[in-house]
Amino acid sequence: MDWYPLWNSLRIAGISCVIVFFLGIFFAYYAAKLPRWIKGILDVVLTLPLVLPPTVCGYVLLMLFGVKRPLGIFLAQFGVKFVMTWYGGVLTAAVVAFPLMYRTARGAFESFDDNLSHAGQTLGLSDAYIFWRIRMPACKQGILAGTVLAFARALGEYGATSMLIGYTPGRTATISTTVYQLWRTNDEAGAFTWVMVNLAISTVVLLAVNMLERKQ
Amino acid sequence: MGLTVNIKKKLGDFQLDVSFETGEGVLGLLGASGCGKSMTLKCIAGIVKPDAGRIVLHDRVLFDADAGICVPPQKRGVGYLFQDYALFPNMTVFQNILCGARDKDKAADYIARFDLIGKEKLYPAQLSGGQKQRVALARMLAAEPEVILLDEPFTALDNFLKARMERELMNVLEGFHGPAVFVSHDRNESYRLTDTIAVMENGAIVDISEKHALFRAPRTLAATLLTGCKNVTRLERLADGSYQATDWGIRLQAPVDDMQENATGAKPVYRYAGFRAHFLMPETQGVTATIGTAVEQKQLTDAGSCNRLTCEVLREVEDTFSVVIQFYQKGLNERTEYSLLTYETGKEDWERMKAQCAGRDIVLQIPPDALIWMES
Repeated sequence: MDWYPLWNSLRIAGISCVIVFFLGIFFAYYAAKLPRWIKGILDVVLTLPLVLPPTVCGYVLLMLFGVKRPLGIFLAQFGVKFVMTWYGGVLTAAVVAFPLMYRTARGAFESFDDNLSHAGQTLGLSDAYIFWRIRMPACKQGILAGTVLAFARALGEYGATSMLIGYTPGRTATISTTVYQLWRTNDEAGAFTWVMVNLAISTVVLLAVNMLERKQ
Repeated sequence: MGLTVNIKKKLGDFQLDVSFETGEGVLGLLGASGCGKSMTLKCIAGIVKPDAGRIVLHDRVLFDADAGICVPPQKRGVGYLFQDYALFPNMTVFQNILCGARDKDKAADYIARFDLIGKEKLYPAQLSGGQKQRVALARMLAAEPEVILLDEPFTALDNFLKARMERELMNVLEGFHGPAVFVSHDRNESYRLTDTIAVMENGAIVDISEKHALFRAPRTLAATLLTGCKNVTRLERLADGSYQATDWGIRLQAPVDDMQENATGAKPVYRYAGFRAHFLMPETQGVTATIGTAVEQKQLTDAGSCNRLTCEVLREVEDTFSVVIQFYQKGLNERTEYSLLTYETGKEDWERMKAQCAGRDIVLQIPPDALIWMES
C-alpha cells in the first residue's frame, strides 16, 4: 500500500496549521485594537472562507494563482507554483482553516483582562514579555482550541484542494482526495482503509487535547 | 517635588479635565463611579494618553502634549494597585513578585516582609482576598515606584476583611515616602486613608482641600453630597436677609459671612445649604433642647422662628446602633427630590423624645453652626 497520502496530508495540515497559528494570532491581536468600522470590514473579509463553499475558495485561488494569471506568472519567476503542487495544498488548507483560528483567538483575546497587561507595563515588563508570558498563557484554552480546529479543518480539506492541486498519486494526493478517488474507481476496500486512517488521526488529536486540558 | 497633574482627555461625550498637585502624603480622589477617577490614574500611569496637558513627577516630565513627550508606562516609576489586584494567574506568588523585583533575593525579601512565607509556590487562584492584596502590594513596591496609585482596592470585599486590609494598606502608606493617590467612592474609606481629598464630578475636580476642612465645610453641592451629607436644599434670598430653603419649606438664618466681602473681595451669594443627619437638635414642649452646649443653645434662641423643622414622619428606619427618621416639613405642599429629610439619633433618645412630645408635633432645630453653605 502506498502511504504517500498520509504523509502528504500530515505535512500539509501541519505546515498550514503553523502558518495559521501565527497569522491568526497576529490578526486577532491587532484587530482588537482597530477602530470599530475597520474591524467590522476586516472581520467579514477574514471570516469569509469559513462560510463560503470550499469550491468557491478553490475557484478564487485558481483565479489568483493560476499559471496564466498575473500573480501566478509573477510567482513563477521565482519558481513558485501553487497549482498542482503539494504546497498548493498548504495554501488552500491555510486559507480555509484561517478563520477558525482567527475567530477563536479573537474571542480569547477579547475576554482577556486588560488590567493584567497594564499591571505588567507599570511593573516595567516589556510588551513582548507581556504578550508571550502573560496574555498568551491566559488565553491558552482559546488558542489551543483554535489550533486544534484549524488542524482538523486543514486535514479534512477537500473542495478547494481538489480544485487547486487536483489528485496526482505520489505528488498531490491527500487522504481526503484519495478517499474520493478510490471510491469513484470502485475500490471500496481502499477507500475504507483511508477512512479508518483519517478516523484514527482525528481520534488521537482529540485525545491529546483532552489530556492536555486535564493536566492543567 | 511631588506629582503635578494637569490633563485633558475627551472620550465620546465624556470630558476629563483635571489638575492638581500633591507632595508626600496621600491624596484621595473621591467621586461616584464614572466620574473619571480611574481614568485620571490611568493617564498618570501612562496606560491612557491624554489629549492635552502635562504630568510631572519630581521634576521629571512624564507627559507633555506640547513638547510631544509621553514616557511609556514601563519607564514612569509608577506603582499601580488595581481594583481586582491584576495578579498574573499563570504565575506563582514568587513569580508575580519577581516581575516587580527582578532579583530573586529581593523578591524573597518582599515575600518575608509581606508575610507570604510558605505561599511562594501557590497560584493567585489559591489565595484568599487578603493574601492577594499582600502579593499585589509586594509586587508593586518591589518595583520601587516613585508614586503609588490605588484604584478602589477594597470595592469587592466584605466589611470584616475590608477593615483588616485597610490596616495593612495604612502600614504600607506610612512606610512609603512619596506621593500616593487613592481613588474611592467611599467617603469613610477616603477619610481614614488620606490626608487631602479632591472631590470629582463629571470629569472635573469640584473641591480639593485638607480632609477635615472638606468634611466640615464642603464648598460645592457635589462635594457636600459626596461627603455623605443627606440633607440639602436650594436657596432663595429673602428681603429680610434670611434665606428660604425652597426644598425643605422653611426659613434659614443667614450665616455670619453672608453678603460680606471675603478675602478675594467677592460677596458670597449662597445657592445651596445642607446639614448632616445627626446634627439636628430636638426642641421639646417649647423648652430649649436638652442636648448641646450653652453657646449652641444661645444661637438657637437667636435664630427665632428660623431653622425650625416640624416633623411629619414618613418612616423610622432602625439601624444597628441608631435610628434614622425620614420626615418632611409639616404642611409642605410641593415636595421635590430633596424635600425628604433624614435625622439620625440614638434609639433611646428618639423614644424619649417621642414620649415627651406625647401626641404633639416633634420639632427639630438646625444649629446655625451645623449648616453648610454653598455658592455652587
